[in-house]
Amino acid sequence: MTESNNKWEYAPSLESTSHIQLKERYDLFIDGKWVKPSDNRYFSSINPATEEKIAEIAWASDADVDLAVKAARKAYTEVWSVMKPSERAKYIFRIARLMQEKARELAVIETLDGGKPIRESRDIDIPLACNHFFYYAGWADKLQDAFPQRNIQSLGVAGQIIPWNFPLLMAAWKIAPALAAGNTVVLKPAESTSLTALKLAEIIEASGLPAGVVNIVTGHGDTGAAIVNHPDIDKIAFTGSTSVGKLIQKAVAGTAKKVSLELGGKSANIVLEDAPIDQAVEGIVNGIFFNQGHVCCAGSRLYVQESIADEVVRKLKQRMESLYLGNPLDKNTDIGAINSKEQLQTIEKYVEIGKKEGADMYQVTCELPAKGFYCRPTIFTNVAQSSVIAQEEIFGPVLTVQTFRTIDEVIQKANNSPYGLAAGVWTDKGSRIFNLTSKLRAGVVWANTYNKFDPASPFGGYKESGFGREGGLHGLEAYLK
Amino acid sequence: MTAQNTPYSTIPTSPTIDKVGVEERVARFQTRSIKGPAKMQGLSMVLSMIDLTTLEGKDTPNKVRQMCYKAQHLHDVQEGLPTVAAVCVYPSMVAVAREALKDSSIKIASVSTAFPSGQAPFEVKKMDTQFAIESGADEIDMVISRGKFFAGEHNFVFDEIAAVKEICGSKRLKVILETGELASLDQVRRASDIAIHAGADFIKTSTGKIQPAATMQVTYTMLMAIRDHFDRTGKMVGMKPAGGISTSKLALHNLVMVKEILGDAWLSNEWFRFGASSLANDVLMQYMKQVTGKYQSVDYFTID
Repeated sequence: MTESNNKWEYAPSLESTSHIQLKERYDLFIDGKWVKPSDNRYFSSINPATEEKIAEIAWASDADVDLAVKAARKAYTEVWSVMKPSERAKYIFRIARLMQEKARELAVIETLDGGKPIRESRDIDIPLACNHFFYYAGWADKLQDAFPQRNIQSLGVAGQIIPWNFPLLMAAWKIAPALAAGNTVVLKPAESTSLTALKLAEIIEASGLPAGVVNIVTGHGDTGAAIVNHPDIDKIAFTGSTSVGKLIQKAVAGTAKKVSLELGGKSANIVLEDAPIDQAVEGIVNGIFFNQGHVCCAGSRLYVQESIADEVVRKLKQRMESLYLGNPLDKNTDIGAINSKEQLQTIEKYVEIGKKEGADMYQVTCELPAKGFYCRPTIFTNVAQSSVIAQEEIFGPVLTVQTFRTIDEVIQKANNSPYGLAAGVWTDKGSRIFNLTSKLRAGVVWANTYNKFDPASPFGGYKESGFGREGGLHGLEAYLK
Repeated sequence: MTAQNTPYSTIPTSPTIDKVGVEERVARFQTRSIKGPAKMQGLSMVLSMIDLTTLEGKDTPNKVRQMCYKAQHLHDVQEGLPTVAAVCVYPSMVAVAREALKDSSIKIASVSTAFPSGQAPFEVKKMDTQFAIESGADEIDMVISRGKFFAGEHNFVFDEIAAVKEICGSKRLKVILETGELASLDQVRRASDIAIHAGADFIKTSTGKIQPAATMQVTYTMLMAIRDHFDRTGKMVGMKPAGGISTSKLALHNLVMVKEILGDAWLSNEWFRFGASSLANDVLMQYMKQVTGKYQSVDYFTID
């Protein structure tokens, strides 16, 4: 044979950061203007892949939130609620187009700020965020068609609090339907990932959207609390942890505020013995390792039918070894950095619990970068339903694997959780899909795929995963009386 | 290995294949970054894996001689280029190729078993193979009986492959599934499993006469069959996508797929080949672009 030059490595390919424009310090976006925080407090946003500071972000106080709500109320009463819906649509379309134009910059900033691989922010987060604006722009002047036999009325001022796992996408999920339905917005991004929301504020500024229609107030939990407790807010939309969701629910009890909560999950991914095994393995990987497992609907509980369990686990380990972990800006990277040091510690705590509980752990053998917050993709086999790691949301790249014998058994076990956000079913048989999807108590059930999102498709949970739906017409209805 | 001691019935059940999932997986292989030294190494590997092919009714001895010369002298203005792995011809041209290649390390692959349709009596197929080997072929590229496969006579397909392998002896046997006719990925997977268990040294997608030929989805499905066989038995089987791979980019994407599914061990022409007639020149053009920084006109690359 002529040549057996076996070892072949890909070329590192770092996405350039030279084209992005970031300020050293960001103020609050209130009433169409950039406003300094009233008590002049700022906090740092860190790149989790390098632990370097990227920018300083304003920390909004109660007074700042009040200013933002007043601006939103004024814009609602005087401009946005009385504007022709077709005019509102034009603004939303314009925001969508401007986002598309800046897609590359937004993707790079999302990756710098949050640690997710550039492949994901470029191919998934940003395009989906744009699509949400496009989708809801289309509905803005067709609300009567969307909800016939109904007197269409917007709610007023919406207070929106979003998480750090899909920063721009979550902002889009919240802002686009609210605007399309005729509401104005006060949005608080998560403290570790405010930058793309602030870039969105710049885009909104450039779009000429009337002042006060969208206000972005950055800050920590106290800023969020100020929004939740503000008396002149008509609707609270929150995506985040179940514990904070419960606090919000208590805080709004007895008020007239409408609420939608999209909270945690411990979603079951179920592989039956007739499944397309190699594609199911891809789906398992995509279900739990997508965005380092920082996905509320992550398929973190794997149930495999016993007859194929060994094969699935073997193939899963093999596939995990072919994942590239490293610099999130590298186009080859499949697994990026954990979003924050705190989250890394939480994940590591659960990994320790898993080991103590006696489950068998397997971690990818790759090297971790010297700096930054990284976690090896991890699976635990020999896990019981009663193991802590199989019950609590870890929000990281950690999968528990259990086996089952019959379909009734797996339905019972999958539903045996305080959560009910999503589930996955892998089988070649259509009848089994329909049987399982109708019995699984989860907001979204995917069949032979996982983590698929579309603006037209509603998303939301059962039980402690929250209530209310986002996306599609359901998402629009959440912003109407 | 004979049909008696590895009967068809011992082949494990083939897994079902979800086409949508395969398409998604395949798209991921196309986003890996291959540039600079990685590209040079990749292009060089591609050249060394080519089975330079002419399979036409109008093939003449001189056409074959010229191709054999090209196989040994891909682009002599550039030093350090490998030769292709093999030339691939009809049985009637094997003797011509043997004489042209003399003691070169380049292998001679001959198609056989009434290529491309395989619609001939079993005895004829065996004679066809025997003739190619006696004429000096190092490797045999046989076609499976797709008609029998569709009629459900998988046993027959299995036995035929096993019988041809028996004639081949130590010569390596590539089994062409003609995936463009098999149509579904489930069928491709089953045919792969049958061929591997019947003794194929290589499984090959297509004859090049039917479209679509070596799509990445099909090659992926066959690579997974090889992977599963290796995991079960520890035995390596080679892969040859053929037909439709005419650009460097597609060839490199194929190598990415091989690397990530089977590992670096398969990245040599002992275990991976491209069946192609026009791929070599595109790779040479890309290679010279890397060396000189400029694209050169097609007129600087010979078309034997």
